[in-house]
Amino acid sequence: MTDSPVRPTSEVPVALELNGEHVRATIPAHRTLLDMLRDDLGLCGTKRCCAEGECGACSVLLDGELVNSCLVLGAEADGGALLTIEGVSMDGVTDLQEEFLAAGAVQCGVCIPGQVMAAEQLLQTNPNASRNEIRDAMSGNLCRCASYQRIVEAIQNAAAGRRTDA
Amino acid sequence: MPDENQGPSSNGQIAGPNRVVGQRVHRYGGVDRVTGAQRYLSDITFTDAAHVAFATVPVGCAAIDAIDTSPAVAMPGVIAVVHADDLPQPVARFGISHKDRPVIATKAVNYHGEPVVAVVAETEDEARAAANAVVIHYTELTGVYGLDAALAGDARLVQDPSVRPGDDLNSTNVLEQVEYAWGDADSEGASSHTIIEDTYMFPMVTHFPIEPGGIVAVPTDDGGIEVYSPVQHPYLLQRTIAEVWSIPLSRVRVIAPDPGGGFGGKQTPRYEPLIAFLALKTGRTCRLVLSLEEAFQMMRRSGCRIHARTGFTEAGELTFHEMQVDFVVGAYADVAPRVMTKGSYVGAGPYRIPRVSINARAVLTNTVPSCAFRGFGAPQVGWATESQLDAGARALGLDSLEMRRRNLVQHDEAFIRGDYEARADGRWHESLEKAAELIGWHEPTPSGRGRGISVGIKPGATTGLSQSMVRLLYDGSAMAYAGTSDMGQGARTLWKQILADELGVDLDLITIISGDTNAVPFDLQTSASRSTVFMGNAVLAACEDIRDRVLELYAEATETAQSELSHAPGQLVTPSGAISLVEAAQTALGGLRGEFVGQGTSRLWGTKGHPLGGDASFYEFNATAIEVEVDRVTGEILLTKHVTVGDVGTEINPLQVVSQDEGAAIMGLGHSLMEQMLFDEHGQILNLGAIDYRIPTFNDVALEMQTASVENHDGPGPYGCKGISEGALLCTAGAVGAAVADAIGTPVRDLPITAERVWRTIRDANCDSPD
Ligand code: FES
Ligand code: FES
Repeated sequence: MTDSPVRPTSEVPVALELNGEHVRATIPAHRTLLDMLRDDLGLCGTKRCCAEGECGACSVLLDGELVNSCLVLGAEADGGALLTIEGVSMDGVTDLQEEFLAAGAVQCGVCIPGQVMAAEQLLQTNPNASRNEIRDAMSGNLCRCASYQRIVEAIQNAAAGRRTDA
Repeated sequence: MPDENQGPSSNGQIAGPNRVVGQRVHRYGGVDRVTGAQRYLSDITFTDAAHVAFATVPVGCAAIDAIDTSPAVAMPGVIAVVHADDLPQPVARFGISHKDRPVIATKAVNYHGEPVVAVVAETEDEARAAANAVVIHYTELTGVYGLDAALAGDARLVQDPSVRPGDDLNSTNVLEQVEYAWGDADSEGASSHTIIEDTYMFPMVTHFPIEPGGIVAVPTDDGGIEVYSPVQHPYLLQRTIAEVWSIPLSRVRVIAPDPGGGFGGKQTPRYEPLIAFLALKTGRTCRLVLSLEEAFQMMRRSGCRIHARTGFTEAGELTFHEMQVDFVVGAYADVAPRVMTKGSYVGAGPYRIPRVSINARAVLTNTVPSCAFRGFGAPQVGWATESQLDAGARALGLDSLEMRRRNLVQHDEAFIRGDYEARADGRWHESLEKAAELIGWHEPTPSGRGRGISVGIKPGATTGLSQSMVRLLYDGSAMAYAGTSDMGQGARTLWKQILADELGVDLDLITIISGDTNAVPFDLQTSASRSTVFMGNAVLAACEDIRDRVLELYAEATETAQSELSHAPGQLVTPSGAISLVEAAQTALGGLRGEFVGQGTSRLWGTKGHPLGGDASFYEFNATAIEVEVDRVTGEILLTKHVTVGDVGTEINPLQVVSQDEGAAIMGLGHSLMEQMLFDEHGQILNLGAIDYRIPTFNDVALEMQTASVENHDGPGPYGCKGISEGALLCTAGAVGAAVADAIGTPVRDLPITAERVWRTIRDANCDSPD
């Protein structure tokens, strides 16, 4: 009866570049990247909902890729470069975040950090995304307050703003 | 203390230097939410917190024979392992209308997921590991998982009669029942040209907040307790903890961090008394963070079966409407009896019907206790009534918009008759016509598509009490204390707007305090879309109170007769002209400085004998129109257009109205098209978690979506507003159902209207496309 899948096991060292800074931590080998961020590194901007890769609340960029941090082990981030919502917001509210506010996309807000990460990644990879492309690209991020229309509008406005600035 | 009643505010006209009411002011707390700085419950750090995990059994109905905690007790980090025998006996039960929910499962398990053992350990991992190690010996019993099983003559009782002493129904699984009826049964036969009779199903669905939630309890030195919980009703939680553990209210402090989504699911206490007990017993801060699966096992909407019989004249006028409505409420009452009473009260819809008879029951089953969920029973019953109207229209060859035009009541006309009649408090035809216009109802439907239009109605709060305090500080900044929980509706933004206009203070200089029973005055609840009306009026009254006080002190300080002074929003009017309220306040306060404190109360007394406890303070009315394209081979539905129009009175913040309306409308697509909790024969939830339980995503939103409002400034709240947060979900199902029926020629009567159901309906109707 003492064997259980969540029983604490061995610890592993992790070193990574987190939001531009080198950090080290020693974490249990089974710990997810999400829990490492929240519990070991004290960065709670990345949210947890389903913990099984379905909702996108825990979205972060690992080596430039959008990942659900609940599906990645902390140990897998060793040697990687990680960008979280705290990193995105380091210099204050971004144009994209400003558009979220202006579009009324923020209701309860708990999904929003994940939405911002996914939207930022989309703007980087497909700056001229159509409405349908935006919907497709964002469909891994659930919002139970259903701000979907507002978020699409925010992304479109941010994209337009970046095109003008460029 | 001014006692602002429910009449429209004396400040119906917005005057003064600021005019931010009515503008698209950004959400209060928005910056923290977009940057990830917002602290939801599980983001708050507690030093030296111990962690809690539950042990449960994998069935919905069982007798607990024995519990072996020894393997868990011996595990690393374990502080305490607690089950019913460890609590003061008899184990306390609590609840609003029925005190039926035990603090922890006692002798029996009544639904899948009910906590049987609670483990307290140093870390989350250790708590979970130890909970897995607990051995619960149980005997599975034949649970009742559906309506027919629950209502059968020999059905096992979900609740022992001793839990419901003095209740005439306690030897049945009917928890409560009501009957609403008016009109004369003899007169209808002659007048009815067509009679429609059918049965409709509405699924059990779960709230699925993106923040599943949690609880932290901190024992205090004076023998009291602080409970952190993202609840919608902090004051109800405070009272429950005080009553269950006999602690004075003054030593129970509830801190309610902003809920990460509520939707009705975070109203009532469930595990808080248990976590408080664990903290008091161990002397440690105890923290429980729920998984999404645990949230599924804590909150859901009542499923519902409605049998309806409806008569129409040849011209499509309703002659009578009869309904038997059975709500599947689950193992404990929570607020489900109220959901049943309130939802079926408006069950016949906003129509002119000479005879109505509605019998409704709240039926206990061995499933997750159901609770409030956006719409509060109205969407369930409305699904049947709206579908009946469409069936009548099809039978009579009438357009379904025309059907509604003919039956929808006019302003101030009674739609509920009998001893406690209710009249239309809005010009509802305007919303209906606007929805029709926005979807292009008069234009021909593109081929392969179908359209539906539907209306919905929900009574707002029938009693209420909100108290607020506002402080105008010397430097011209201000603070409002308002107990409304800000769970996404953006309540604090509205208080800020009201203060800005009424006191003439800059938006950026306003702070709103909420979510702490030690700091903020009483508010009954955040529910029923009441807050803008009730708390809004309290905040408004507190601002007026401040203006009175400024006037009095200004008169004293400047030796002016009070009669020569008056005030207006943001201003004090003196014999030499109007000055800003802030300037007047500074003059009045003088060298000692200080501040002004205003109080406001908004109270709605109930009506004795009224089936709802009182008249609704307002009605939420909505008209929804939907266009779909149906793939006749696969049954798949594509939403091409989705329009909703709400009768809102006044939009205090148009940006937030759009967010709430779109949010409600899209949420309504969930129970209409895809969501349903499924149980196996052991009462286990089959689709427990996000992989198997699907909610609307970006891709489920209609290709074209538009929400709109009718503003007649005819509500009881500030500036003539009404509550708005539920309307756009009330009749989503009706509109979707009608659109699908229009597209495929046959109605689907069971929600959700999945591709499979559509496909089966097409097949059964033998109406496969001929080519
Ligand atoms: S918490 Fe990671 S996807 Fe849901
Ligand atoms: S804003 Fe509440 S879940 Fe997205």
